[in-house]
Amino acid sequence: MEATELQAQALPSRTRRIRAAFAQVPALGWLAGILCTVLIEHLWGDPLSYQLYLPKLPVLFGCLIMFKQPVLIPSVLAYVALIYAIPIAAVTLLTRRLANAVASQLSRLPLWLSGLIHLGLLYLALYYWADLSDYRELVLKLTMIAVILTLSINLINGYMGEFSCSHPGFMALGAYGASIVTLLLFTNDRMFGEALLPEALGPWCFPLALIIGGFVASAGALIVAIPSFRTRGDYLAIISLAFMFIVKSLIENVEWVGGPRGMSSQPNWSTLPVVFSWMVICIWVINNFVRSIYGKALNAVRDNEIAADAMTVDTRKTKMVAFLLGAFWAGVAGGLFAHVMRFVNPGTFGIQRLAEILAMVYFGGLNSVVGSIFGAVSINLISEMLRPLEIYKWIVIPLILILVMIYRPTGLISFREFDVRKILQPKQQKD
Amino acid sequence: MPLLRVADMTHYFGGLRAVHQFNLSLEPGEIRGLIGPNGAGKTTIFNLITGIHIPTKGTVELEGRSLIGHKPHEIAAGGLGRTFQNLLLWRHMTVMEHVKMAHYAQLSYGLFGALFGTPRRNAEERQVAENTLRLMEMFDVAKYADWLVGNLPYGAQRRVEMARAMATKPKVLFLDEPTAGMTPEELVQMIAIIRQVHRDFGVAIFLIEHRLKFVMELCQRIQTLVFGEIIAEGTPEEIQNNPKVIEAYLGKEEIH
Repeated sequence: MEATELQAQALPSRTRRIRAAFAQVPALGWLAGILCTVLIEHLWGDPLSYQLYLPKLPVLFGCLIMFKQPVLIPSVLAYVALIYAIPIAAVTLLTRRLANAVASQLSRLPLWLSGLIHLGLLYLALYYWADLSDYRELVLKLTMIAVILTLSINLINGYMGEFSCSHPGFMALGAYGASIVTLLLFTNDRMFGEALLPEALGPWCFPLALIIGGFVASAGALIVAIPSFRTRGDYLAIISLAFMFIVKSLIENVEWVGGPRGMSSQPNWSTLPVVFSWMVICIWVINNFVRSIYGKALNAVRDNEIAADAMTVDTRKTKMVAFLLGAFWAGVAGGLFAHVMRFVNPGTFGIQRLAEILAMVYFGGLNSVVGSIFGAVSINLISEMLRPLEIYKWIVIPLILILVMIYRPTGLISFREFDVRKILQPKQQKD
Repeated sequence: MPLLRVADMTHYFGGLRAVHQFNLSLEPGEIRGLIGPNGAGKTTIFNLITGIHIPTKGTVELEGRSLIGHKPHEIAAGGLGRTFQNLLLWRHMTVMEHVKMAHYAQLSYGLFGALFGTPRRNAEERQVAENTLRLMEMFDVAKYADWLVGNLPYGAQRRVEMARAMATKPKVLFLDEPTAGMTPEELVQMIAIIRQVHRDFGVAIFLIEHRLKFVMELCQRIQTLVFGEIIAEGTPEEIQNNPKVIEAYLGKEEIH
């Protein structure tokens, strides 16, 4: 009797101790752990998967294999434990003192420098992870693009609190805008003929093409904004939905951009570092904006427009800026997307894309940069992992969403500030 | 020259005459009260002057410049701060964010600064943060700085609203029933705070109030509004003894 009671007390205290130990690991430690596991997979991933009778290296943590051949589930679990779970836990726990010491050294540097060092480590880890298979690289790029999309729609649906449905439309405008620039200027193709500028110049001018795509999307947003900002609530949702369909059928009917067949043979300029840098810039810019007083003004307009107006906020301008900024980043994401797939057609930017984007933003959390990143990454990974379920995937994902909407109506990580300094600081308690 | 001058302001909601020939000349540093029974049109007068409604007739001038036709945020930035009768706070924002936000019109760093975090933006935001802290301490809400406003006691919510209004650097402060729903202790504190605001910032205050004791104690002059018309104007003593005011509040004695 006594012994069992003691055990019952000991068990939570042990889990608490383990949790406390993990809580002391700073961001730097986690990055080091992830980098280590990725390098371990690079070295021993192939031989280990051969030993475990896996058909090939498990690409997305073995989910695809598990669904196709349930017999191999123990092998997959063993692989995940040996390659990912155990090394991460071991490295983060063993090096936490060292990592904290280094992190406290880094925290004395200017924030941008220490941020860049962390980002460099993150990039290295992602690079080595994606290096093992083309499929991983594609998933990773699409996930990063999804992060940009989710953040940009969060600006409108979360921070501004209007329900806008036109994001696939903005994305299409950006994709076509950027594609036209690159195809017209830098490639010999059957649509626009000879390249006007030498192709070697292309990758350097690619950011410009993306920015042009973004501005095209913003111009489209202006067309939605002018009539619809006179109204609130459902009306903007209806107008923006209409806008999405107008863009789609417009592109379908313009022959010189390929009509319903779409545009292809975009140069392969959306490489991993390019997409990664754009994602980082997007997070940085949007986080700067929402944490500034102009960003807070957006929240004030959402919560009570009359009060915001009486507190000197130019409500119309504030809403317009946020809407155009959201559309701009959706356009950039569209441009990157077009150069990842190297093919776009109007069918890509339909109601299904809208459902995906909305799922990501409402799953992750409104009014929160971390929430957007989390939502985009998790919904994208879940949907890739459930790919073997085929059509049933579209039963599972909506079910998850419904559960989230019931228990956390504003999303999993909503209304939280993204403070880089706080994330990077050392975590060791002084004792 | 009066700071705020309103002349012959009349407003109709459709066929309903809400305000009839309202006149006001508010001198710098004055505290003026507006009393009247429910539905007399007091809040409508506030909304007309602050630009939420546009008066059908009449002139409104702040320091000699006409306010008619300007948007509420322009009027607010021009020096006319206000609070609301039923507390229009932003429910997803903290107390500190409320006060910071109200510095909006005093910022000059623009969109570029907001997006890219320029040094100028950081300097301005730091200045705003300092001023915010000062205002929160003055209105005794600094201890709630990181709370969402909805979780605050009612009296503290009223003080947040006033701190927010003062952050816009007003020359004239409009208070719409600043003590509605307050406990007696909070009421005493509010009188002290209004006196302090008046003394430290030198603003002119125009307030709507139901509690006559409160108005009598604070205001130098009082106007009484009934059915959109001013029926009496004067010092607290004059108003207290004015038969028309007594009639409006208590009803006429009927002789059988």
